Amino acid sequence: MSTQTSPETRPREEWTGQVGFILSAIGSAVGLGNIWRFPGVAYENGGGAFLVPYLVALVTAGIPILYLDYAIGHRFRGSAPLAFRRISRWFETLGWYQVAICFAIAVYYTAVIAWALSFFWYSFGLRWGDDTTTFFLVDYLQVADVGGEDPWFTLDFVPAVLIPLVLVWVVTIVVLAAGVARGVQRVNIVFMPLLLVAFGVLVVRSLFLPGAADGLNALFTPEWSALRNADVWIAAYGQIFFSLSIAFGIMITYASYRRRRGNLTSPGLVVAFANSGFELFAGIGVFASLGFLAGQQAVAVGDLEGITGPILSFVTFPALVSQMPAGSLFGALFFGSLVMAGFTSLVSILQVVSAAFQEKLSISRRQAALGIGGLAGVISVLGFSTTTGLIALDTLDNWANNVGIVSSAVIMCVLVIWVGRRGGELRFHLNSVSTFQVGSWWTFCVGILAPLVLGWMLVSRIQTLLVEGYEGYAPWYTGLVGWGAIAAFVVFAVLLTLAPWRSPVGAYDAWPRYDKEHAPGAREGKGGPA
Amino acid sequence: MNAGAIVLMVVSLLLVWGGLGVSIAMLMSRPERTEWPEGWERDDADA
Repeated sequence: MSTQTSPETRPREEWTGQVGFILSAIGSAVGLGNIWRFPGVAYENGGGAFLVPYLVALVTAGIPILYLDYAIGHRFRGSAPLAFRRISRWFETLGWYQVAICFAIAVYYTAVIAWALSFFWYSFGLRWGDDTTTFFLVDYLQVADVGGEDPWFTLDFVPAVLIPLVLVWVVTIVVLAAGVARGVQRVNIVFMPLLLVAFGVLVVRSLFLPGAADGLNALFTPEWSALRNADVWIAAYGQIFFSLSIAFGIMITYASYRRRRGNLTSPGLVVAFANSGFELFAGIGVFASLGFLAGQQAVAVGDLEGITGPILSFVTFPALVSQMPAGSLFGALFFGSLVMAGFTSLVSILQVVSAAFQEKLSISRRQAALGIGGLAGVISVLGFSTTTGLIALDTLDNWANNVGIVSSAVIMCVLVIWVGRRGGELRFHLNSVSTFQVGSWWTFCVGILAPLVLGWMLVSRIQTLLVEGYEGYAPWYTGLVGWGAIAAFVVFAVLLTLAPWRSPVGAYDAWPRYDKEHAPGAREGKGGPA
Repeated sequence: MNAGAIVLMVVSLLLVWGGLGVSIAMLMSRPERTEWPEGWERDDADA
């Protein structure tokens, strides 16, 4: 690829076909949260009854915002900053805000993949022993006693984390440098079927464990009164929203690599339902396994600790695997699945950053991969392979997701639909290139319903963080790492918007041309050529 | 498993996996739009 061509003239990279696009989008959506977040959230929010708000959220927020991302990326054919700039000059800032979020998530997400890689290795021989909590927190992560004897930041590196972390960064840089078709798409085409097979074996095996029915009872027994609780609905919208990789630049970037006449809405349905299908599948596997573990410990499933988040994966699951026949094999399958699910999401997150800088600075993808991957790798190693890495990760993850991504979604919906008034044009675009047509319900969902629900989520979360703090961490620490990160995203976004484009970005001629007057009839031939 | 849990598990699997099946079937029957209005002949390979 030339290093000095402008975004206007440079041939855009493309997926080789529909399957590559769909598998890559599924690979991005299906991540660690599908495996360790959904089962616990469903269990804690009404069990089987949770599926009602979950499906409502999928149809009214998940799929509509996914389509909004697709429409922006595909119509304006650029990374998030360029696509938003093509809508309106100052919307570019939102694009850089999303790039900043992706960069921050990438630096800690890689550490979790490194943990999974280590535990994949430890599975052969079940090296975590009987006390898996001590093994994970003390022996493996060597977590510092912050707030006690140790400072909140150390540079005491943990080799067991550092080595796999460096390995993950090297592989990630190679994949990004290889490009969209030969790197990102190829990884997804190999890993997604492998993930399905590996996790499928695990789930089927878990169903035949003694006590599996107790676990499934715990997950699916409906508690209908939960539907009257607004928090349960918010939890459902949150789960769908975080799970689908929407509203922080990924799906905008991925859709921009779709060919001009590529179908958008039907592949979007496949991506959304595949993501939910996988997490439901994961929920069955996780709770069937927890039923077995509860039986082994002679307690009820509800009395088990650590049924969600990293503790589920790195403490509860190793304990469970140790008690299973052929535990090494199933441990390897579980942690191998975590590595694959995490890695395909990671490359999508970093592709957002890489594509943005390729376009802004007119640099090649190799330069972008090396520069961005190198910088992110150094920050990742300094911040997350030390004895204080877990606390930093937990804090940054909370703010980047609950404040960063949710605010990005609300701002995107408001700017694009209400300020830029592009709802009609984007709906026209989706319907022009796709086989499944979206109606005015879509504009209602992305213009009114989703920003209201997500805005409420955002305000209540910010209020909780301000009043109660987070996990008992020192206020100065959450101020620096949590709120400081959000402030840094904003400053970064403004500065990058002010920075000049290395090559001129002129007026953009979107295809097909949207004529407000004749939009409803444009598909019958009334719209003029671009 | 109790009856309520079985019903909820089956219904949710039917809806989610059924939704996936229907989406895939829909996509296979019409993978791409094939007819384009006159005047929309712009090349696919441009930026």
